[in-house]
Amino acid sequence: MMTLNVNGHRMPVDADPDTPLLWVLRDQLNMTGTKYGCGMALCGACTVHLNGQAVRSCSTPLSAAANKKVTTIEGIGQTKEGKVLQAAWVENDVPQCGYCQSGQIMSAAALLAKVKRPTDAEIDEAMNGNICRCGTYTRIRAAIKVAARSVK
Amino acid sequence: MSTFEIINLSRRDFLKAGAGLTLGVAVPSLAQMAGPGQGGGSAVAAGTFEPNAFVRIGADNTVTVIVKHLEMGQGTHTGLPTLVAEELDADWSQIRAEGAPADASRYNNLLLGTMQGTGGSTAIANSYEQMRKAGAAARAMLVAAAAERWKVEPDSITVARGAVMHAPSNRKASFGQLAVSAAKLPVPQEVTLKDPKDFALIGRRTPRTDSRAKSNGTAIYTQDVKLPGMLTAVVAHPPRFGGKPKSFDAAKAKAVKGVVDVVAIPQGVAVLASDFWSAKKGRDALTVDWDESGAFKLGSAEIAAEYRKLAATPGRLAKQEGDPAAAFARAAKTLEAAYEFPYLAHAAMEPMNCVVKLSADACEIWNGEQFQSIDQAEVATVLGMKPEQVKINMLFAGGSFGRRANPHSDYVVEAVQIAKAIDGRAPVKLVWAREDDMRAGYYRPMYHHALKAGLDAQGNIIAWQHRIVGQSILAGTAFEGMMVKDGIDATSVEGAANLPYLIPNLGVELHSPKMGVPVQWWRSVGSTHTAFSTETFLDELAVAAGKDPYQVRLALLAKSPRHKAVLEMAATEADWNTPLVSARLGDKRGRGIAVHESFNTVVAQVAEVTVRRDGSWRVDRVMCAVDCGVAVNPDVIRAQMEGGIVYGLSAAMYGAITLKDGVVEQSNFHDYMPLRMSEMPRVGVYIVRSNEKPTGVGEPATPVIAPAVANALFAATGKPIRSLPIRIQT
Repeated sequence: MMTLNVNGHRMPVDADPDTPLLWVLRDQLNMTGTKYGCGMALCGACTVHLNGQAVRSCSTPLSAAANKKVTTIEGIGQTKEGKVLQAAWVENDVPQCGYCQSGQIMSAAALLAKVKRPTDAEIDEAMNGNICRCGTYTRIRAAIKVAARSVK
Repeated sequence: MSTFEIINLSRRDFLKAGAGLTLGVAVPSLAQMAGPGQGGGSAVAAGTFEPNAFVRIGADNTVTVIVKHLEMGQGTHTGLPTLVAEELDADWSQIRAEGAPADASRYNNLLLGTMQGTGGSTAIANSYEQMRKAGAAARAMLVAAAAERWKVEPDSITVARGAVMHAPSNRKASFGQLAVSAAKLPVPQEVTLKDPKDFALIGRRTPRTDSRAKSNGTAIYTQDVKLPGMLTAVVAHPPRFGGKPKSFDAAKAKAVKGVVDVVAIPQGVAVLASDFWSAKKGRDALTVDWDESGAFKLGSAEIAAEYRKLAATPGRLAKQEGDPAAAFARAAKTLEAAYEFPYLAHAAMEPMNCVVKLSADACEIWNGEQFQSIDQAEVATVLGMKPEQVKINMLFAGGSFGRRANPHSDYVVEAVQIAKAIDGRAPVKLVWAREDDMRAGYYRPMYHHALKAGLDAQGNIIAWQHRIVGQSILAGTAFEGMMVKDGIDATSVEGAANLPYLIPNLGVELHSPKMGVPVQWWRSVGSTHTAFSTETFLDELAVAAGKDPYQVRLALLAKSPRHKAVLEMAATEADWNTPLVSARLGDKRGRGIAVHESFNTVVAQVAEVTVRRDGSWRVDRVMCAVDCGVAVNPDVIRAQMEGGIVYGLSAAMYGAITLKDGVVEQSNFHDYMPLRMSEMPRVGVYIVRSNEKPTGVGEPATPVIAPAVANALFAATGKPIRSLPIRIQT
């Protein structure tokens, strides 16, 4: 039994330390906003933050999350970057099927926390690990820029 | 919450009545209203009609539109409610969308006859009048209720943005305030639809109804369903198609913490556990001995060799115009080209999955449900039930691109077989890992095309022969009787047998060899290959005749005005006649054009590419023009064009499922690569202004991009591209 700090809440977890964080969030804590896409850190659908760093939770063992602050799509709206990004996503109607968008927003939030006004090249670098099969890349890029302008 | 519901009679009844739309009203109980995925139609109280329910107006002033088509990204939860809201004169902010349950008597796709399902880019096309009539009828009842309450003539009442008003007496009511009274009124026998010039929502950008839930993690997909006591199942599938489990040793799997059961099903062995990770660990620990006596063991190279041989022999005639043989005999010049296309996986972001709850007399399913009628029938057969005993809750799908409309209900049946194998002791969530999804088959088929054209002395195309070799998608499905005529699968030759160009002598032939690889429609179906071979071959002919590919097309499209118009629009927006400039010394640039009709929508694209000295290349910009009739929601159309281009470009650049000795070689996104952000070209979308009935937008952008890009690369390098994915020779 260990305790995870998720979105500012302490949550007891009973799983082997090598269990991927993704499945602890989804199956144990019933936080299903973080998605499974590939299981190999190839698609980014499972992106969460550990102490503000974007990581792929499908390939992050539970043990690596111990004593760290886990932030998920359910909690990112509490941060200033997450809040403006979610608003920009809605304003620009970014999602199509929507399945990858939790991960997209988590990667974008980590970017904006680090780089206030990202260039196209910086957006490419930060977002290239997140696949969208519906092809919403143009809108993701636009929404990140809209959000960046509105971060106070 | 008190609620009333306006219900259409089934289409058959409607046709029988022959007097416009017939509506009924029902007041469902609270209990019947509860729960996500519980379609409104299921909430109809007993004793009412066998109805078709599309609109529900609550006392809280919300208007819920029951959407009969799967929302898989293409925008049905926005488009269909827009049609209702338009005629209802609702305010967009009061609109909610809800997936319909499986019930073809009310929710059939009018373009699929009596079947309920989503596909063929038909959602808006088949709903355009039906949903508007549903909205208009609801509006008429609200007006009648207000007229009665205020004791005024209905004609003196107006409705705008969700407010019912009587201007002379300055009275006003919301829909919610009138809902209960309206529910008691007779249903109008006829409704008048708006003149398009009065549209307030159609033709404008209405925000998507699902953007918020899809931006904060609350949107529910099949993967997110959790029922009390539910087990998660992960299945060991045979390494080759057609293999079956002979025996298995479950000891190690059962030793994994969390694993509850291991059961054999016809096409594999399922490990059931309390959660996905335990089930997957259990599956990895499982030892299965496979019976491969009936397994398919050819590789892609052997299949391709067989197709090449077939392509050298005449096939069944799918289309003939004029006298191609005579025309070839008098041609001044003859050109030939062969094209090869690989198998393609759909690779939706959400791998296939399905939740099943089985009881003695019913089966309840939660699924990103694309093909209700087929799935109900297939599941009923497995369980010895009637189709109507199979209840299906339609959830959002995390993409599909055709995959979730499997003509054999493959993954849905698999989930049901697992639930059946444990005698329904627990609800089961079948989850395919990405590797399972990639290797389970039901691919866009491999194809070989052989094209031959004859030119006269002036370079005019006087003869055209097109021979297509590839598996039939429809053979052995419920559609075979309807869409395979004289051995010609319509989906194998669509786009080739209906060339828009004026070519006087033309023959299209088809070989449909049987292969043990499961195949299925993939976003834009036959056009995925026919648009490529026809549109790139046309560029080869234009170059051979020393002509401009755009001008050649314009001349050949004299009798296809829609094609001509979108082609001109794309070319104009792309500044076709302005030479491209290389940004770096040694870079080659090229511009390519292509036009293609699919699902009654015509799309033209101009692609601009840069090829570097090392042979690497990128698509810089795509200008896309589309004629899809009335543009119900231009922003959704734009999104579908953008997305269709990305989907087609992913396949053009990287897409290939290959087999070696019958084993699929790809497994995940590292060896089946989709386009990523850094490769995204700039895309401009231009929509033709039209008053024609709307046609599909989900698929038609996809087939155009590969030939546009290949033509651009041909222009840049002088070397034609004749196989996909594109490989540049340097």
